[in-house]
Amino acid sequence: MTEPSYVAPCAPVSRGSPVCDRKGTDTPLRQGLGPAALVCGVPVLWMLLFFLFPLLGLAVMSFFSRGPDGEVTPPLTWENYRRLLGFGELGFDPFYPVVLGRSLLLGAATTLLCLLSALPLALWLARLPRRWQLMALTLVVIPFWTNFLVRTYAWQVLLSPDSPLTRLLNAVGIGQSGAGLYPGWGAVLTAMVCDFLPFMVLPIYVAAERLNWTLVEAAMDLGANRWQAFRHAVWPQLRPGVAAGSILVFLPATGQFVVPDLLGGAKLAFLGNLLQQQFGPSRDWPFGAALATATLGLMLLALAWRARSAARQETHRP
Amino acid sequence: MNTRHPRTRHGFTGWPAQWWVMGVYLFLYAPLLAVLVQSFNAARFGTEWVGFTTHWYRQLLHNQPALQAVLNTLILASVSTLIATFLGTSLAYGLSRWRFPGRDWIERSLSVPVFVPDILLAVGLLLAVATAQELGLGLEPGMPAMIVGHVTFQIPFVAIVVRARLAGLDPTLEEAARDLGATSWQTFRHVTLPLLSPAVAAAALLAFTLSLDDFVVSFFTTGPGATTLPILIHASVKRGLSPEIHALSSLLILAALVLTLALTALYRKPPIPS
Repeated sequence: MTEPSYVAPCAPVSRGSPVCDRKGTDTPLRQGLGPAALVCGVPVLWMLLFFLFPLLGLAVMSFFSRGPDGEVTPPLTWENYRRLLGFGELGFDPFYPVVLGRSLLLGAATTLLCLLSALPLALWLARLPRRWQLMALTLVVIPFWTNFLVRTYAWQVLLSPDSPLTRLLNAVGIGQSGAGLYPGWGAVLTAMVCDFLPFMVLPIYVAAERLNWTLVEAAMDLGANRWQAFRHAVWPQLRPGVAAGSILVFLPATGQFVVPDLLGGAKLAFLGNLLQQQFGPSRDWPFGAALATATLGLMLLALAWRARSAARQETHRP
Repeated sequence: MNTRHPRTRHGFTGWPAQWWVMGVYLFLYAPLLAVLVQSFNAARFGTEWVGFTTHWYRQLLHNQPALQAVLNTLILASVSTLIATFLGTSLAYGLSRWRFPGRDWIERSLSVPVFVPDILLAVGLLLAVATAQELGLGLEPGMPAMIVGHVTFQIPFVAIVVRARLAGLDPTLEEAARDLGATSWQTFRHVTLPLLSPAVAAAALLAFTLSLDDFVVSFFTTGPGATTLPILIHASVKRGLSPEIHALSSLLILAALVLTLALTALYRKPPIPS
């Protein structure tokens, strides 16, 4: 593996991955609860206390009610979830289901646009000579590690009324001249794709790096055109990378709160904004907890689906 | 593994691909460049270029809240990195050396926190802090809670990076040490840890960068007097853009640049297990 391992978080280490199949792990795992507890005890306890238990706590809290001063009180109820589905005290109101759908749409659109922009870049990266590759890769990674908030608010600058970009876009008929191009869907999507692009590029690059180009040659020799060669010789090899990248983009994009907060305007609420509102100004923790639990449920579903399809691929491999 | 074909003519090296790639790079860097350029723009209001100045940076030196925010950011990143590197490394080591009940389960879920959106983690931490307050455990919103939050998202990253390195180590080295009479601790201290140190250093750098990159977790767990740079930037952006914000943000961009280059250098030198 020659790619820098900061890619490692993008390609989670599993027992089946080539990294782990090497001599190391499969050697003497010694039996021993004592020493293991000594070494792993504190970090595991930490993750239980500050990651798992709070999330479980949210799930429990989502069945409580909000008291008059925003406190969390009994009675236990399904009310929060009913509200989430649109059945509030005042009859059916599609606001929350719409927000839910809008967030999923944002996640899907961001994933798709990232995929379209990342695919050529990743393949191009993989085919660069070694020397240039490291540099080009580092150039992708620098924005990746730059503060998310900064990269997001920068779009306020870029899309402000008198920026060169806005003028250029005005000239080709996008937006009204004299008005900024934010807030709105366009601004949110642009910033989202820009923010999440590296998450898509890096895993696809890792897959493209290992790509067996002789298959492409073979396909071409057998008379495949460019598209057919891509479709049948390149794409199947990239699939694991694409799947990893899509999950890495889709999950955080769906729960995103900073980007809509800064570029979406008041009318365009997403899951993340709603969550922040319940735990912030509205002080309705039980409803917020229901939102969080529902979001988490969706995420786990997506992760489980990915794990299953990865496992299936594993078994199909010769 | 020589699957790379040096003289292929087709696919992703021609000019359409090159133009596309140039466009994507431009797109990635446009926000960073916009902020950097604006931080040197003499205009007090608006984004119209008026002239070059370093005035906004000089002004930062007299801006007490901004300096405090820089200090808070560095304290938060350093302390949390220190704790997370220790805990994450120890977790990775334990996972790779012992078999115990729940081990496979922990190993499988190691990457889950990486995928979970930060806002869920943040809301969970908010609940944890509120509960701790209720029970009088002394975990107040503010620096302590923020440190706890950052450590929580750093541990899995550190563990994953170190774990990958541990998996690539030659086990015979440890066996040799043990055969020569070294205790478990001596083996770890004099054999494993030195072999591991590049990965540990890289993991620490990564954790530090992650901390600088965070806004959401800090935003939910902050308290009075614990304003960090991203929180300050967020509050100012909400009030309206100003050149000082661009100057502050440029500091974060610079930090990311330096850290990323350091990470790259660190990874290029030690051969990564392959």
